[in-house]
Amino acid sequence: MEQGPAGGSGSAAAAAAAGTGGLLLPLSETEQQRYSELFSRCCPPPEAAAGGSSVGELFRASQLPPDTLHQITEVCGAKRVGYFGPAQFYIALKLIAAAQSGFPVRIESIKNELPLPRFMALKNDTEVRYGTPAEFHGVKFQVPHATLEKNSYKRTDEGDKQEPKSPPMSPICSPPASPSTYQRIPLSYGYGKARSGLEQQHGAPYEVKHSTHQQDGPSSGNYGAKSTLTCSTPNRCLSVEQQESSSQYSDDPWRITEEQRDYYMNQFRSLQPDLNAFISGSVAKNFFTKSKLPIPELSHIWELSDVDCDGALTLAEFCAAFHLVVARKNGYQLPETLPETLLPEYLQAACLKPVCDCALFDSHSEPLPSSQPTRDFSRAEKSSAEEAPDNSALLQDGKKDDKQALKVSTTLKTIPKEFQHLTVKAAAQEPNAFRARPRSRSYSSTSIEDAMKKGEEPPTPPPRPQKSHSRASSLDLNKIFQQNTQAVRSGWLPPPPPALPPRPSASQTEQPSEVELHPQMNRPPSQAEENSSAKKEVVLAQPPSKPARRKLRTEAQGLETPELSPTINVTSSLPAAKPHFPVQKQSSKQKRAIQTAIRKNKEANAVLARLNSELQQQLKEVHKERIALETQLEQLRPVTVL
Amino acid sequence: SSQALWLVLPQNYPLYIRSVPTENELKFHYTVHTSLDVVDEKISAMGKALVDQRELYLGLLYPTEDYKVYGYVTNSKVKFVMVVDSSNTALRDNEIRSMFRKLHNSYTDIMCNPFYNPGDRIHSRAFDTMVNSMMMQVC
Repeated sequence: MEQGPAGGSGSAAAAAAAGTGGLLLPLSETEQQRYSELFSRCCPPPEAAAGGSSVGELFRASQLPPDTLHQITEVCGAKRVGYFGPAQFYIALKLIAAAQSGFPVRIESIKNELPLPRFMALKNDTEVRYGTPAEFHGVKFQVPHATLEKNSYKRTDEGDKQEPKSPPMSPICSPPASPSTYQRIPLSYGYGKARSGLEQQHGAPYEVKHSTHQQDGPSSGNYGAKSTLTCSTPNRCLSVEQQESSSQYSDDPWRITEEQRDYYMNQFRSLQPDLNAFISGSVAKNFFTKSKLPIPELSHIWELSDVDCDGALTLAEFCAAFHLVVARKNGYQLPETLPETLLPEYLQAACLKPVCDCALFDSHSEPLPSSQPTRDFSRAEKSSAEEAPDNSALLQDGKKDDKQALKVSTTLKTIPKEFQHLTVKAAAQEPNAFRARPRSRSYSSTSIEDAMKKGEEPPTPPPRPQKSHSRASSLDLNKIFQQNTQAVRSGWLPPPPPALPPRPSASQTEQPSEVELHPQMNRPPSQAEENSSAKKEVVLAQPPSKPARRKLRTEAQGLETPELSPTINVTSSLPAAKPHFPVQKQSSKQKRAIQTAIRKNKEANAVLARLNSELQQQLKEVHKERIALETQLEQLRPVTVL
Repeated sequence: SSQALWLVLPQNYPLYIRSVPTENELKFHYTVHTSLDVVDEKISAMGKALVDQRELYLGLLYPTEDYKVYGYVTNSKVKFVMVVDSSNTALRDNEIRSMFRKLHNSYTDIMCNPFYNPGDRIHSRAFDTMVNSMMMQVC
């Protein structure tokens, strides 16, 4: 059997025949060309057989499920002979084509006319070589370029590891093939590319920051690993399981970094100071319109980010929307659905407590790397069915590995569900706590304010003055008030007056005691009726009868002077009391408040009094009418009585 | 089987037009336009609550092909008109109702979008996806 990669079609055919025990494998012209090209790619000229790793790479690029590929390797004879000679290689290629066309992997199937096998990576290969020099970070690209850039980027980053192997970037070119195969087998074969063609657009690294992440990718790898770890694709691998749902999960461009998050939060604050509240639709619209993106795109961004469709943006939704805007402005195409890392739950877990989350994620991610090296991606190569669960776990780990490379707070990428639950749960408590804190703060502040405002608040009966006869003094005051000015009358007066008469003598004696109380009264911020009783200024007009009025007493306190003249000439004391004002500002405020209250009450009182008199008038008139009618009735009745 | 879905404003401007398959779309246009009159009739006849109206227009059978035209009116007098093949007998009343309900929900979601001006044609991708899936389901 001739070795030699070059298009020895006949020899290849013969070789194939020989390799498979006499099977003559007809190859068409195009097939021969293609196969030889592929073979040469996989097998550098001096060697006789294709490198196992490159072949594996190529096979994976066919995006067939691993079982099929193993079958193919077996059937083509490579397993038997231990290497991929041209014969085996060509047979394998044919089998791949058959498998991709839906035929079973058997020798018989390759006898038919088959289309060329499709390899995802291959197309990239040629492109990649050209594209290597084109670095990107901010290059705008359309879909195909995206992968191209990505590929070249990856290659430069990961250096030599990948050279012979086509980078596992999925060309968007053939999305249809991938989703179907993937959906058949939820396991991604380690290729991230298969990600549905949907969200491939944002290929190139979003920012330099992401590039660091990518560089860390290869750190764990064999080519198998690399295919999973390279750049963000590994994360996609997990998404394969979610392919059906087409939940585009995190890619580098769609992950929010620390600085970005902080920036978004500040912007949020500028629009809405309370981080837990919503930004209304109109406000957000104005804000995002400033970005000068076309309205349909903004509309789409809104659709993506307003997950609960309530017309308002929470902090997480706002971050997602802002991130999308930024991405769009940097040239990324908008995804069809929201990437996982931009989901509100995810963002809330990561967003609100970036600092605390770090610790959380650290703890989660630490165990992973240790386990990771043990699971080597080399396993992915040959083991068969058991790989299925392993691979998914592997991929997840691979992702986690990447994540760690990132800033801790952003390591929460598309971690497997269980981790997500853990971190989200744990992190959720923090946001809650975080949210709770501002609330508690506000509560405390309001309570202080309330305390400040205590002035007019009747509800809290201030500590009663020691004097037992405070009540008496209050009554006394009422009496004094009444004597003083009728206008001062307020609704509070009625109850005390009946009790007044018997008291006067008592009050007289009490007044001196009130004076003593004065200094003591000054201390309690409220109420010393005794004190104020002496000073009944017209201004106060607080019938301290009710304990509630004690507060007002403070005013009185402020006003009072040691000279408590039991007489009504309190007004004279008022100017003397003035010096006390500065000492008790609170009481003056209260006094003013009380005065306004008094005025209002007076007015209300007047109105009610008028109303009362009018009603009384009406009542009288009605009475008169009634009487008139009754007399008429009487006049009429005597006639019948008789 | 063929299907069409129209969302029409009270002033009878179309907000959203979708037909499957896309050929012979003109036929659907005609059908829907005529049905709009019937919808208007029904609205004015009702007088009070117009929500969740759903009418079955068997009477609008096309001479050569049978179509069933269903209508639905929202609170804001936006009309949804759906045309389906009569040959699609598997389609039941409840399904139509649920389809209209889903449409209505998606429509309100669109309304919530501050970048959407009521009265514009609907270009939302999410809405398109939803309508696609619905029509696939029916066909």
